[in-house]
Amino acid sequence: MTDRPHRRSPRDLVGGRPDATYTLRFDGRELTAQAGQSIAAVLWGAGILAWRTTRQGGAPRGAFCGIGSCHDCLVTVNGRPNQRACLVPARPGDAVTTQEGTGRADLAV
Amino acid sequence: MPTSPSDLPGPGAQDAADHPEEGLADLAVVGAGPAGLAAAVTAAGFGLRVTLIDAGERPGGQFYRHPAPQLGAERPEALHHGWAAFAARERALRAHTASGRVTYLPGHHVWTVVPQDAAQDAPQDAAPAGDAAGRAPAAWVLHAVAGPEEHAVAVRARAVLLATGSYERQLPFPGWTLPGVVGAGGAQAMLKGGLVLPGRRVVVAGSGPLLLAVAGSLASAGARVPAVVEAAAYTGYAPALPALLRNPAKLAEGAVYGGALLRHGVRLLTRHAVTEAHGTDRVEAVTVARLDADWRPLPGTARRIPCDAVAVGHGLVPQLELATGLGCATRRAADGTAALDLDALQRTSVPGIWSAGETGGIAGAQPALVEGEIAAHAVAGRPVPAALVRRRARLRAFADAMGRAHRPGEGWTGWLRDDTDVCRCEEVPAGRIREAVADLGAGDARTAKLLTRAGMGWCQGRMCGPAVAALAGEEQAPDRRPLSCPVPMRLLAGLPPADG
Repeated sequence: MTDRPHRRSPRDLVGGRPDATYTLRFDGRELTAQAGQSIAAVLWGAGILAWRTTRQGGAPRGAFCGIGSCHDCLVTVNGRPNQRACLVPARPGDAVTTQEGTGRADLAV
Repeated sequence: MPTSPSDLPGPGAQDAADHPEEGLADLAVVGAGPAGLAAAVTAAGFGLRVTLIDAGERPGGQFYRHPAPQLGAERPEALHHGWAAFAARERALRAHTASGRVTYLPGHHVWTVVPQDAAQDAPQDAAPAGDAAGRAPAAWVLHAVAGPEEHAVAVRARAVLLATGSYERQLPFPGWTLPGVVGAGGAQAMLKGGLVLPGRRVVVAGSGPLLLAVAGSLASAGARVPAVVEAAAYTGYAPALPALLRNPAKLAEGAVYGGALLRHGVRLLTRHAVTEAHGTDRVEAVTVARLDADWRPLPGTARRIPCDAVAVGHGLVPQLELATGLGCATRRAADGTAALDLDALQRTSVPGIWSAGETGGIAGAQPALVEGEIAAHAVAGRPVPAALVRRRARLRAFADAMGRAHRPGEGWTGWLRDDTDVCRCEEVPAGRIREAVADLGAGDARTAKLLTRAGMGWCQGRMCGPAVAALAGEEQAPDRRPLSCPVPMRLLAGLPPADG
C-alpha cells in the first residue's frame, strides 16, 4: 500500500477555514483546536483515540457512537469529570485530562 | 412571547398549570432531524404555533449533521446527499423563528412527556396516556434539560410530534472495545460535525446501506477504505425488485455510492463480517471471515486486513423511549427492530401523540421528510395531499425490502468469545450472559440484565441491547427508559410531587 503524495482531508472536501484556531491541553500536551469542534474532534484530529480508562478493567476508551448516546467518550474537562467529549465544545485554554475509572478518585475513602 | 418555554418552578413555586393557556403551543415537535424539521415548518406554514425542541445545537439531526458555523465550511453539502431538501427547510425554520411562529429550542434534551393533568392524577406509568374514552388530554408537558448547567425547561403543547430518530444497532465482536473501533454512524457524525477522521485506513463493517454512505464519505475525505465488509448479501434485495424499480431515485443513489466506492478503489465484501479486531492500545488489524446465510462464520475463511480504525454498525434502531413511556403501541419491523405502530395520519395509538420518520421503522431521510409533512397536515386538520401518501408508500416499501435483506442472521453470536465484553459500560462479557441464560435460567434480556448488570450503565442498553436480547434468545424489546437521558437529581427533586 503506497500513500499518494497529497492526501485529501476533510477540510479539502468542504473548503473554507475556521473563524479561529486555539490551543488546549490534553494531559499537558498542547493541541490545536478549530473553533466549532468538540473536544473529541480535537483529540481525533491529533490522532488521539483514547482518553478514559474503564472502572473495572482499566481498559482504554474514546469516542464510539459520536452522538452522545454511548457515554464511552467520558473525559475530565477543567477538573470536571464525566463530560461527553463528543458533545462538549472545545474552548480556548481547556485543560482536558484522561479520566481514570469514575473520575472521582478524590472521593475515594 | 406566548410560546416561549417557562423555567420549571422549583419546589414550592407556583405551578404553571395555574395558567394553562400561557405558553401553550399548538404543536411541540421533539427532534429537528428530517422528520421533525419538515413537520415544524409545514405546521407553522399552516398557522400553527410550534415549539421545536432538539438535543442538537443545529437543526438537521444526525442525517443532516453539519459543522458549526465557526468551522467555516464553504461546502457542507459535499458531505451530504439531498442537502437542498434540508437547506430549504432550514431557511423556512429561520423565517418562522423570526416571525415568532416557531419557537426553536436547540440544545434541549426532552427526557419525559406527560399529560398536563397528570399533575392532578395518580402517576400513570406506561399506561396509555389518553383518557378512557380515547380522548387526548387538553395539553402535554414536555420536560427537558438544557445547556451545560443542565437547567430544567418545561414546554406545554396541545399536540406532540415525536421525531426522535434512531441510534445505531451494534453487534459486538472480540476487540470491538479497542480504541479506533467506532460506530459507522459515529465516524460519519464526527466527520460531518467536526471534520475529522478516526484513522487513515478505515475498514467499514457491519450491515446496511449506511455502510456504503459512510465508506463513500470517509474515502472522499481522504481515508483509505480497504474494504466494506457487509454481512448480508445484496442479492437479498432480489425478491424486492418491484419495490426497487418503483424507486428510481434510490437506485440512482446506490449507483452514486457504488461509483464513489469504485473511484476510491473500495472493495465491497458481501456475506462477510469482521469477527475480531486486533491490537493492544488501539486497533491494528481485523479478522474478516465469510458467513453462511444465517451469518455464521465459515471455518477456514478467516483473513487479516491491517487498518488503524474500524467503522462498524448493523443498521439503526428506532429511539422510542419517550413514546413507550406514554404507552404508544409498537410493532415488529422488517429489520427485526421494534417500531411505533402508526396510522395513515402518522398518529400513534395515544390520542394527541404523533410520530414521523425513523420511530415508525427505519427508512432514511426521504420518507422522514414526507412523513413529517403528512403529520403536519393531519395535526393542522388539513387534507393530506395524495402525492405525499403515494410517496410515503413507495419509500416505505423500499425500506422494508432493505430491512429484510439486512436483518441480522441468528448465527452472528458465533463470533462472540466468552471473554468478549458485550456491555461496554459495565464491562460484562458474553460468558457471564451465557451463564445467566444457560445455568441461572434467564430466559429474557431483562432477567439477564438483572443478573449480570448488562445494560445498566450510562448508555441504558443502547449499545448492548440487541446483543443481550440475542444471547437471551429473544428479539429486542422496544426501548423503555423512564428518563431518556441523564437528568440531575436536583431537577427530579424539583418536580411537582404527582409528576414524578
